[in-house]
Amino acid sequence: MTQPQFEFLTRLGDNTLVLGHRVSEWCGHAPVLEEDIALANTALDLIGQTQLWLGLAGEVEGKGRDADTLAFHRDVWDFRSLLLVEQPNGDFGQTMMRQFLFDAWHSNYLAQLMDSSDSRIAAIAEKSTKEVTYHLERSSDTVIGLGDGTEESHVRMQKALDRLWPFVGEMFVSDEVDAAMVAEGIAPDPASLRGEFDTLVNNVLTAATLTRPQDDFAHKGGKTGGRHTEHLGHMLTQMQWLQRAYPDASW
Amino acid sequence: MYAQMIKSTGEGVKSLDEMDPQERAFQERINANDKIEPKDWMPDGYRKNLIRQIGQHAHSEIVGQLPEGNWITRAPTLERKAILLAKVQDEAGHGLYLYCAAETLGVSRDQMTRDLLSGKMKYSSIFNYPTLTWADMGAVGWLVDGAAIMNQVPLQRTSYGPYARAMVRICKEESFHQRQGYDIMMKMANGTEAQRKMAQDALNRFWGPSLMMFGPSDENSVHSAQSMAWKIKMNSNDELRQKFVDQTVPQAEYLGLTVPDDTLRWNEERGHYDFAQPDWDEFFDVLKGNGPCNTERLEARNKAWDEGRWVREGLLAHAAKKRAAAAQVAAE
Repeated sequence: MTQPQFEFLTRLGDNTLVLGHRVSEWCGHAPVLEEDIALANTALDLIGQTQLWLGLAGEVEGKGRDADTLAFHRDVWDFRSLLLVEQPNGDFGQTMMRQFLFDAWHSNYLAQLMDSSDSRIAAIAEKSTKEVTYHLERSSDTVIGLGDGTEESHVRMQKALDRLWPFVGEMFVSDEVDAAMVAEGIAPDPASLRGEFDTLVNNVLTAATLTRPQDDFAHKGGKTGGRHTEHLGHMLTQMQWLQRAYPDASW
Repeated sequence: MYAQMIKSTGEGVKSLDEMDPQERAFQERINANDKIEPKDWMPDGYRKNLIRQIGQHAHSEIVGQLPEGNWITRAPTLERKAILLAKVQDEAGHGLYLYCAAETLGVSRDQMTRDLLSGKMKYSSIFNYPTLTWADMGAVGWLVDGAAIMNQVPLQRTSYGPYARAMVRICKEESFHQRQGYDIMMKMANGTEAQRKMAQDALNRFWGPSLMMFGPSDENSVHSAQSMAWKIKMNSNDELRQKFVDQTVPQAEYLGLTVPDDTLRWNEERGHYDFAQPDWDEFFDVLKGNGPCNTERLEARNKAWDEGRWVREGLLAHAAKKRAAAAQVAAE
């Protein structure tokens, strides 16, 4: 395994990059003005975090690649984002359910990273935590509000939960990269975070009057890059197009 | 800015002596640069005009998210993507302050939204033009926000308090938008041949529509005279357009770009640039709904509103349940 820390940092940066991109697709199309503002704000936070994580990844790698090179010049198989974050937006309910499931994992993961033995990682986690705490508060409130809203909103939210649940498990799969990070005190073991995630998610789903799916089957292949969904390639054709079409240009 | 062709009462401006005592007292407050606040008495015409003007401005901010949102997912660097997101977020925020300012005049945001979606209320003609290359993100910031600032800076002194205060905040953000737009243009104009071509093409396409943003000449318009007497319009359209041209031409020269106007030249005598009027037939076509993107813009807003109905209803239903539960607890 080459450079586990680089792998680890691209996982963090690719999650925020891919989710930030997805959320930004909503710009100008949200159900209500306040949501337009909140979605743009969330996307902005995530892109800001991407700059920090991928910037550090490039530095750790030491091959002269910066955050932009990593974001715009890698192909699908080099992306290390979770399958959850590349899922299409669907309706607003699916977007907010995806956000909630990610935030519930992300906020706890970042909280642990604040104690990282690597001070650069701890610093990024600390900065990100402030933003992600707010993301979680908002996505929880929205899931509760829509789950426990009208009959239609309830049905839509349950459908979103059922659709996305198979992508939850991947967040808690530990592999050799995680093991290397745990060994150096850099990051926690993802598997160890499942209990707190379950408690938080169960509480929110109960308040939302939603039923947690019984089957915990988990799709995998995002964080290792082994098998992304078909959606990521399409996203990259859009995200990377200018950089790829005009490789000599600086922007 | 973003308010064009606002029709006020067509009666012409009354002199103080022609006014009844209430109206006269109102006009005297305006003349003394006093701010009018929501609970103060105001003439119906003043109220109606302001609702139209502020509403049109708010709608422009909302529809204005679309041409820029068009490039967020294709922004060429993370920094540019973040800046563009922040800008579009600011615009939605401006829409929000302005709707709040309009609501103080007794109209609801939902009503104004319905009027936008049905086509009854307008938004600025500029947002009916497409954004075709990355350089358009530069041109929109530089020219469109630049033109908007020309009108909005004086409106910070407008007579209606909530509008003036909203404008103070908006102006701060708009000037940042304009700077970042110019920054994109600099990068493009000093970049590769393809980038320079994109920059020139963007200027070619946005120059005329930017000049149209100020509206047709209103020197002899009774509507404008009334709005100016009420201090809800601070300068004539031609005055602002000239100011915009005078400011922008040297900026284009600095970029090494050519303003698409063969008649453009410095007039020593006037101390201003002489320039050609934009194509006003095109302007009226756009206002009638025949701009390149009118249909798409309104379709996008209607789709967002229609598809968001279940969300708004769901959140309202939940809020009502929470209130009922709290009332139940209080009663026990």
